Parts: sequence; C-alpha cells; structure tokens
Amino acid sequence: MSTTVSQLDEVRTDAWGGGKSPFAVEYGKIMMWFFLVSDAFTFSSFLIYYGAVRFSKPTWPNPDIVFQSIPGIADAGYPLVFVGIMTFILIMSSVTMVLAVEAGHRGAKKEVLWWMGGTILGGLMFLGCQALEWTHLHHEGFWWGAIPGAEIVKELGSDNVSTQQFANLFFTITGFHGFHVFTGVVINIIITIMTACNVFEKRGTYLMIEKVGLYWHFVDLVWVFVFTFFYLV
Amino acid sequence: MSSTAMHTLEHDGHLDHGHHKETFLTKYIFSQDHKMIAKQFLITGIIMAVIGMFLSILFRIQLGWPEKSFPLLETFLGKWAEGGRIKPDFYLALVTIHGTIMVFFVLTTGLSGTFSNLLIPLQVGARDMASPFLNMLSYWLFFISSVIMIGAFFVESGPASSGWTIYPPLSALPKAIAGSGTGMTMWLISMVLFIASSLMGSLNYISTVLNMRTKGMDMWRMPLTVWAFFLTAVLGVLSFPVLVAGVVLLIFDRSFGTSFYLSDIVLKGEILPNEGGSPILFQHLFWFLGHPEVYIIIMPAFGITSEVISTNARKPIFGYHAMVYSLIGIAVLSFLVWGHHMFVTGMNPFLGGVFMITTLIIAVPSAVKTFNYLATLWRGNIRFSPAMLFGIGLVSFFISGGLTGIFLGNASLDIPLHDTYFVVAHFHLVMGSAAIFGMLCGVYHWFPKMFGRLMDEKLGYLHFWVTFIGAYFVFFPMHFMGIDGVPRRYYAFTEFAFMKEWLTVNKFISWSAIVAALGQIAFLYNFFHSIFYGKKASQNPWQSNTLEWTAPVEHLHGNWPGEIPTVYRWPYDYSKPGHHEDFIPQTTPFSQTMSSNMPHDFEGNAEAERIQLEWEKANVREKAL
Repeated sequence: MSTTVSQLDEVRTDAWGGGKSPFAVEYGKIMMWFFLVSDAFTFSSFLIYYGAVRFSKPTWPNPDIVFQSIPGIADAGYPLVFVGIMTFILIMSSVTMVLAVEAGHRGAKKEVLWWMGGTILGGLMFLGCQALEWTHLHHEGFWWGAIPGAEIVKELGSDNVSTQQFANLFFTITGFHGFHVFTGVVINIIITIMTACNVFEKRGTYLMIEKVGLYWHFVDLVWVFVFTFFYLV
Repeated sequence: MSSTAMHTLEHDGHLDHGHHKETFLTKYIFSQDHKMIAKQFLITGIIMAVIGMFLSILFRIQLGWPEKSFPLLETFLGKWAEGGRIKPDFYLALVTIHGTIMVFFVLTTGLSGTFSNLLIPLQVGARDMASPFLNMLSYWLFFISSVIMIGAFFVESGPASSGWTIYPPLSALPKAIAGSGTGMTMWLISMVLFIASSLMGSLNYISTVLNMRTKGMDMWRMPLTVWAFFLTAVLGVLSFPVLVAGVVLLIFDRSFGTSFYLSDIVLKGEILPNEGGSPILFQHLFWFLGHPEVYIIIMPAFGITSEVISTNARKPIFGYHAMVYSLIGIAVLSFLVWGHHMFVTGMNPFLGGVFMITTLIIAVPSAVKTFNYLATLWRGNIRFSPAMLFGIGLVSFFISGGLTGIFLGNASLDIPLHDTYFVVAHFHLVMGSAAIFGMLCGVYHWFPKMFGRLMDEKLGYLHFWVTFIGAYFVFFPMHFMGIDGVPRRYYAFTEFAFMKEWLTVNKFISWSAIVAALGQIAFLYNFFHSIFYGKKASQNPWQSNTLEWTAPVEHLHGNWPGEIPTVYRWPYDYSKPGHHEDFIPQTTPFSQTMSSNMPHDFEGNAEAERIQLEWEKANVREKAL
C-alpha cells in the first residue's frame, strides 16, 4: 500500500520542480546578475541619450584631436595612446580578477590575496589615469557647462553647441563609470580584507570573490562601450 | 545553493532551541523577519496614503470653491493659504506631491513591499526572503525617502511643483518657480533613495521566487499572487534604472550648469545660455520607467485579486495559464508603449502609429484577465467578504477605466484629449482606484495572517460602499469635463467662460471626495482597533488552499515549525467534484483525495494514472455491489 501511495504523490525532482535552485546557483549570484542587467539599463540609457544628442548635431568634436595628449609626457600628437593605456590597465585588472576567482575555487587563500591586490592596484591606476585626463581637459577649458576658446573649438572641427554637449556628456558618463570603478575598488578592498581575516575560509567558499568578480567584469565591459562611443567613433 | 541549504538548517536549529532573545529594537524596528517588514511597509504605506489623500482634499477644496475663503486653511497652512485661499504655487505643489506619494510611495512600495514580503516566502514555502538583511535595508531606505519627500513641506520654498512627471525645463531651472528650488532637490534625493530601496526589494523577490520554492512547488503551481509579484519585480529591476539615468542628467542640469534638457530658454526676461539640449529626451527616459511603472502598480493588485476572487467564489480561477501568460504579455508590452504619453510632443506620426498599435495590443491580455475574473465569478458560490467586495471593485474599476484607455491609446483621439480631465479620470480609475482596491482587498484578506485577528466585517462593508461609490462619483464626471476640453492641473476655472458651467460639477466632485475620505476613517479605525482587539482568527479563516494558511497563527521566525510542507497540487482546487469539502489545500497529497482526482492532475505520470484508474474501477464495483 505504501508503495502505491508514494507513486501517486510523487513530486517533480527536476530543476524547476521546487526544493532547490533551478540554476544550481546561490541566491546572491542571482541577485548580482539581475543587478547587472539593471545597471546595464542605466548605462544604455546614458549611451542612447548620447547617441540621440550626437546625431542631432551637425558637427561633433574630433576625438583624435580632443584626446591627443599623454598627460605629463606629450601635449599633442598621440591620439588614443593614453586611453589605450587606461583600457589596457582595466582589462588587465579583469584578468587578475579571473585569476583571483580561480584561486578561490581552489581555496588558495594566499593566491587570492595576491591577485586581489593586483586587481585593486589596476582599479586605482585606472582611476588615477582618469583623474589625469580630466585635469588635462579641465586645463584646456572643458568642464560641465564650460568649453575652450573659439580657436580650439575650430580646431576640433565643431561648434560651440556641440562642443558643450560633448563636454557635458563626457564628464557625466565617464564620471558615472568612474564612480562604478571606485565602488568596485572599495568592494574589492573589503573582500580582500575579509579574505585576509579568513572569513571565506571559515565559510568554506570563496563565492563572494566570484560575485564581486561579476561586477568588476561588468564595469570593464561598460568601459569598452564608453571607450568606443567617446574615443573611437 | 549551498547557502540556501545552510539557511534552512540554521533556522531549524533556532526553532529547536526556541526563540533566541529579541529586543524591542530587533523585533519591531530593525527586524529582518519578512512578516514584520511587511507590516512596516503596510503601516508606512497607510500613513503615506492618508497624507496623499489629505493633500487631494486640500486641492479639491480649491477646485470646488475657487472664490471662497476658508480662514481655517490659513490657520494651518500659513502663508500657503493667505486669506484662507490656497495659493497657486501651493496648489501645484499639492498635485505634484499627491501624485508622487500615491504612485510611488503607496501603490508601488506600499503595495508590493507589503504583499511581496508577506506572501512570497509564505506562499512558495520558504523560511524567509533570500536576503533578510537587504530586505531590512530596503524598508529603511524607503522610510528615509518618505521622510525626505514629506520633509519638503517644511522648507521655505515648498515642495516640488512641476507635476509628478517633473518635466524639465520647469524642474531643471531652480529659479523657475518656488517649487523648483529646494523642494525639487529633495524630491530628487528622495527618489534616488526610493529607487535603491525598490531595487533591493525586487532583487530579493526575484531570487526568493526562483531559488527558494519548497519541494513540489514548480512554477506552474505557484499562486497567481506570486507570479504577479515576481513579474512586477522584474519590471522594477528593468525600468527604474532608466529613471536613474534621467534623474542624474536632471541633477547635472540643475546644479552643474549642463544643458542636457535645456535649450533656447528665456526666464523672467533673461536669456539663458543653455543650448543644444532637449526636454523631449527627458520625457523618453521618464516614460520608459513611467509606463512599466503603472503595471508595477496594477500587477500585484491583479495577483491579490485573482487569489481572493477564486477563494471567495469557491471556484478554481478561470484560465490559470492564460492569467499567467497575460501577465507575462503585459510585462513585455509595457516596455514598448511609453511613446503614447508623448503623442503631442511633435512625434513623427509614423512612430506615433507604432506606439498606438503596441498600446492597443495591451488591451488583449488585459481583456483576457478581465473576462477570466468574470468567468471565475460566474455561477460561483460567492462569499461576499469585504476582501471579495474590494476584489470585485477592482474588476469594475479596471473595466470602466480600461475602456477609456482604448480611447486615449489612439493618437488621433489623444491629441484633443491630452492633458484634460479625461486623462485624469482614466488613470485614476484604471490604476489609481483599481490598485487601491487591490491593496485594500489584500489587507482585508491577509489581515488574519499578519496580525492573527480578524477585521470587523460590518465596518468593512461600510468602508467598501462609501469608497466604491465615492470613487465613481469623483472620477466619472471628469470624463465629461475632459471631453469638453477642461485642462488638468489648472488652479481655477473661473477665468474661462466655457469652463464656468463645470463649477457645479466640481463642487459635486469635491463633496464626493470629502465623503469618500471620511469613509476611510471606518477603515483606519477598523484596522488599528482590530490589531489589538479584533476577534482571534483561526489558522485558515477563509478556507483557502495556499501555503500561508498552513503556517501557525502565532508568528515564528522561520514560518513553519519543523519541516517546510511539500506541495502536491496547484492552489485552486476549490469545489472539486468528488471531494467532501469545497477546498483542498496544496499540501494534501493525491492519495488522500482518491475520490476527486482527475487524470490531468498527474501531469502525465502514467503510473499514477494507472493506480487512480484501478482505484476507480474497484470503487465503482463496490458501489455496484
């Protein structure tokens, strides 16, 4: 009798049948993924706004001229070099992040600490470069609501209105991205300290490194789009 | 996954040792228990609703008696009502904050925050939310943002006054009107916190529904409430971030001298230097949130009503799958229709046509839902509890407000009707009154679950009829005003000859609003009195099938003593032929209901179908003998 009962009352045991995560993923990771989708919508809105403004203007500053300096080394003649370095640093910090996550899978605390250190350093270097670039542009006269003199604007191949919109958008969007990088660095520092204090070792899993890693890669990915929109096209 | 399991173990451990010591602070203030957080959301939501309603009465007084002086107003409002008459600036602040509070603070967070928190863990069979800590943070951010929003009434220049849609340039120029100053800044800060709160809540709801369903609770056995909360959370996660972008750009325009939304403006005789921006772009960003937002409001109300109507009609919900698919359809379409708010912005007529088509398509899933409600009621064994009346009220408002939505969705009709009282009538019925009724329906229905006591039925009926008739008396005449071209947001209609004849109607509306507002006292008294003195509720007072009624009346941290129940069937087995009772809870195994099992209950499990068939044969033989 008991066997027949269990046959009738059999509940589904497949992934979506309940009683477990359908993706075999911890809840925090689901939250992180949904948060990233949400954040992607924010950045998309900014970049679509950028596109809408840019296409409505007859002229636009030539990025090869705006970004032709390497702050502290050369004032002109090197378009894309400095931002190339910045991008390289940020991508390298994503690589070190991957290595930290991988070390976490093996539970190798010391290696996690090393690679996280590298990631934090990369993040700070990127932020430093951004500060240098902002300062340089500010010296040239660009700022929120401010543009350089007529000569420079003419050199850029644009007019006052589009140059102003360019400056506003550049500082706002790269600033919003820089804010994300800064947040990422702070979170990275926190989880590095947690690693050092054996929090994850006691927990038995370095999953937190992986979740923060997702965020860090996302910030990196966003930069690729910001870079393309402002510096390349 | 591992942590989910750890979670459960941890809670079980707690229960074995009885409650660990809770102080007043951890139990009532910084609670991490989803049931307490739900109550916090509900009571904050009710307070905000009362404030929002009070603001509406103030401007109704102005609209009903534009030339009369009420010295009492001056006593309370001071310089905002000099000579006993509401000032135009303050009138604009009143409509703005009324809209903001009702849309965001009452019907978004008050509704989703309360019922998602209460019902998701209880109905899917979880000990608590995925992250109780984020849940607590979500409430406290909401609370701070509410305080800031109300705090705007206590600054010199008054609260934001550019409408709940805060269109620039009015909102982008701090010197444009009094309300564009500090009040607007506070509005923006409040909304940023609100969005953070809503995001945390939504992420929690989504991951709880996905990860923490109990054994046997597959997606197609979830009550429609949970489906609605889940899809609402997804909408929130995808639409609010776009408002973040819009708000950030607005903050830069206000405070950092940019011109994202500004161009060619003359302010008080002075030509502003801003060039190259476009206020229309703000409208796109705003309505990309704003339209899904109205579904964020109405979908939880749908979910609640589906559950309550089915329970009280003692019938399975008609077309369960169709109900889910229409919710999904509404959720997807809601992202494709924002342009219908912008038909008069000089939009390309072709684009307007596209938005018109997507808008009208939404009528299809909406109609599916409406007809399913009616079909559920049809020949049901209806129990007219107060919750049921409010549920039926929602259906009524959704029909009468939804029909005018088809008018307004047509670009060519929208052009004359835009920004008139016709629009005010439409959205107050279809999302305002309907969603409030959904919320009240939920409060009456799940009050025993929240407080372990019952609300008074007689007061509930009084509350329902006063509110129901009051709402129709307030909003129905506005259709005719709108068709006559009476514009919304106007301070007084005394200056225009053609609007003068509407003054008596305005008086009627104002009286109706006042009476309906007084009717809410019945609710407030009933609610707060019943928390302490209501009749003690039994575990399953409505004889309902869903999982929350299998949990004990006394609240436990962890919801169920011992193991979480397993789910064997869908939640709508009401009045199933062959069963001796008119409801079968989800936790009743099929082996205990042999006389009422149907072949399709076994979802293709051939062995189970065979056993059932054998049992039936044996029993028929017995009967024959």
